Amino acid sequence: MAKYQLTVNGQRKEVDVDPSTPLLWVLREELKMTGTKYGCGISACGACTVHVDGVATRSCVLPMSLLGGPIITIEGIGQDKIGRAVQEAWVDKDVVQCGYCQSGQIMSAVALLKATPKPTDTDIEESMGGNLCRCATYVRIREAIKSASQQLK
Amino acid sequence: MRAATRLKKDLHLNRRSFLHASAAAAGGLVVSLYLDLPAPARGANQMPAPKVYPPDAFVHIRPDGKILITVNRLEFGQGVQTALPMILADEMDADWSQVIAELAPAADVYKDPVFGIQMVGGSGSIAHSFQQYRELGAKTRAMLVAAAADRWQVSPDQCRTETSVVYGPGNRSARYAELAQDAARKPVPEKVQLKKPTEFHLIGKPVRRLDSRSKCDGSQKFGLDLDLPGMKIAVVAHPPVFGGRVKSFDDKDARSINGVREVFEIPLANGSGVAVVADRFWPAKQARDRLRIDWDLSGIELPDSSQLRAKYQELARTPGNVAAARGDEQALEKVPQTNRIVAEYEFPYLAHAPMEPLNATVRFHGDAAEAWVPSQFQTMDQATIGQVLGLKPEQVTFHTEFAGGGFGRRAVIDAHVPREAAEIAKRLRGTPVKLMWTREDDVRGGYYRPMHAHRVEIGIGGDGLPSAWRHVIVGQSLVAGTPFAAMLIKNGVDETTVEGAADTSYTFPNFHLTAHNPTVNVPVLWWRSVGHTHNAFVMETLIDELATRARQDPIVYRRKLLKPEAKKLLTVLDLLDEKSAGWRNKPSAGHAVGIACHECFDTAVACAVDVSIENKRPKIHRATVAVNCGLAVNPLTIESQFQAGLGFGVTQLMAGGAITFKDGRVEQRNFDSYTPPYIVDAPAMVDVHIVPSTDAPTGCGEPPVPVISPAVVNALSKLTGKRYRSLPLVSI
Repeated sequence: MAKYQLTVNGQRKEVDVDPSTPLLWVLREELKMTGTKYGCGISACGACTVHVDGVATRSCVLPMSLLGGPIITIEGIGQDKIGRAVQEAWVDKDVVQCGYCQSGQIMSAVALLKATPKPTDTDIEESMGGNLCRCATYVRIREAIKSASQQLK
Repeated sequence: MRAATRLKKDLHLNRRSFLHASAAAAGGLVVSLYLDLPAPARGANQMPAPKVYPPDAFVHIRPDGKILITVNRLEFGQGVQTALPMILADEMDADWSQVIAELAPAADVYKDPVFGIQMVGGSGSIAHSFQQYRELGAKTRAMLVAAAADRWQVSPDQCRTETSVVYGPGNRSARYAELAQDAARKPVPEKVQLKKPTEFHLIGKPVRRLDSRSKCDGSQKFGLDLDLPGMKIAVVAHPPVFGGRVKSFDDKDARSINGVREVFEIPLANGSGVAVVADRFWPAKQARDRLRIDWDLSGIELPDSSQLRAKYQELARTPGNVAAARGDEQALEKVPQTNRIVAEYEFPYLAHAPMEPLNATVRFHGDAAEAWVPSQFQTMDQATIGQVLGLKPEQVTFHTEFAGGGFGRRAVIDAHVPREAAEIAKRLRGTPVKLMWTREDDVRGGYYRPMHAHRVEIGIGGDGLPSAWRHVIVGQSLVAGTPFAAMLIKNGVDETTVEGAADTSYTFPNFHLTAHNPTVNVPVLWWRSVGHTHNAFVMETLIDELATRARQDPIVYRRKLLKPEAKKLLTVLDLLDEKSAGWRNKPSAGHAVGIACHECFDTAVACAVDVSIENKRPKIHRATVAVNCGLAVNPLTIESQFQAGLGFGVTQLMAGGAITFKDGRVEQRNFDSYTPPYIVDAPAMVDVHIVPSTDAPTGCGEPPVPVISPAVVNALSKLTGKRYRSLPLVSI
């Protein structure tokens, strides 16, 4: 076991876990922030996407021993202008169905719009390409990203 | 012949139901529905205390004006947590902005009024509860009006209602919340006048989901997110072959992991396994990885996909049990060989792989238990937990948790996941245990859409239409050996195997369809749209092939071949024709258009897709869909269901869309080897058109799925000249 200090959504936290523990489980089980989801554990579905130092990161394969930089999760992304716009576009376009993957979808979409304010369909397919939605709400995800991009103009 | 319809008929309950109204402890009006079931689930002592309204309530008007509506089914994406409250609130004239929806616990009153168990399946949520929720709303409204009329000494006829307010003569008005206590003392009317469709203000209007915001800010709790004081996490090491048993195990290394509490063998629905209980998931999983288990696989059949394929193909060449027979069975032999098509199809096992891995949380108190399960089958899950713990179902307080998808995977007759959780909780008496399946457990855990083989011989008449159709289907039964068998197995044929083919809406003068339901050591289960997944593919690709041979437009050909009574299908073909005409008749270079239509769960769907080949894969540029689902309760949800449901249907076409076996073991592990559709694989654009109708509403959960895969390969056939009869689509 080892003690780690981390910054999540601007708040300092300390946890005592095995160094191999992925960030995902620290968020969910130690910090009780369950908005970040477990879907596969091998970075193949994107449900666990958070921002580490501003970069969209799969928290299910990031052990605490390798963590560096502040973390933003779905619970905190609304404090950001782009994050808020994406969440509002998601609600406006009625994107969600089961909703389980949508935290990760939103985190990936925010990262996309931060890097590429006016994404093309190809940009969207590339950036969102690793985020699985088993309900396959992809048509509305595309619409919501474009709508958020418009709102942020 | 449609299995879900049959189930409805056989299970149809002739029970009296009656409403009961009361004042809630915390104030307001509570309307509850009681069914006179032989064993009421309303044992006074066993029900959880914290709720201020009884667990059989459907409507609770709170003093603060909020209206709580209880949803008698699981919400797992289909939008029923919004649609059922819409129906009730419309008839009640409730202020929609004040409506809160909650998922019902397991209780007799929440059983599906048609199926007779508490469940989601057969696309029945709206179809079965539309009338029920309308009456609940209208009766609640009538009691509020009666209370207001009394207060004002006027006749109820002189009152009207709007947005949670009763208005009376002389500018009098009273809010529902003010009237609730008085209304609670009014008798519940036996009969009420329901609205005319023209009077609806919510039903038929696009209404955004009630669960949208909580699913966009991380606050929505799913079953897997449950956290209880003192809760432990459990994972189970399952046998490598279905039905395997633990011979012995060494847990020394496993127990050395910090945070591991218990390691023990548990019986499974099929065989046995080793449970690891820990404070957290990560140590539990690490410990499981370190278990050394010697499995007893003696006497167990080791399924093997290539052997099964050969066996199924051979079976498909012999007639099975008769599912449909009309006309002359020998008519085919009279058609010259050159006018015949012989087509052999293969379909693999498919995992549902809902995004939220399977889970169940149970706490056992000795004389009672509490369970939290994202469940499509509350009745079975509750009874199974009770059975494991030596309790009656009603001694298990059962909370329905939101589910991250399901697609049938959470409607399991043997309730094997809650069973595992109960076995573990039994040992840890007093401690809540959350059982978590990893994605690997899910992909390798069985309960798949069965593998199938089809063999179809068609004789074509001089008019280009099929004059004889002989069809054999091979695939495991979903219900053999279960309580559902009596209802769904007819003449030795599981109706879910043949639905969508044996009951085809096309006119074949000479039609013979038989089926084999072999037994294989692989647990199988209904997978969103069930038998229609493969049967619609076979029927719609063959109809397309026939249209092409006849050099006829695929829509015109289908219209010609459909029975006149297939009215819903005819309406959707007309609407599809109209709405897709703009793009369908002039595809871009390198693109082709594919068509398919299918009716299932009483909903008809027609679909046109624009497809090209990119990176050796089908690229679906757009799809136009026409739907006839009767009255469209929430057109926004229906549009969303169809847009996304097409994407779900693409699962069948994915190169990695198959579960295969070698030496009894599943060859796939996770989403790296069993790959459902990602954004690039699904249609990029889908426009949905609903046939205007005031007929009874029918389901929209499953009907989007069957049409897309045949439509896409029909387009591919135009591009490559090949016919695609074997899924997954490994190469084009």
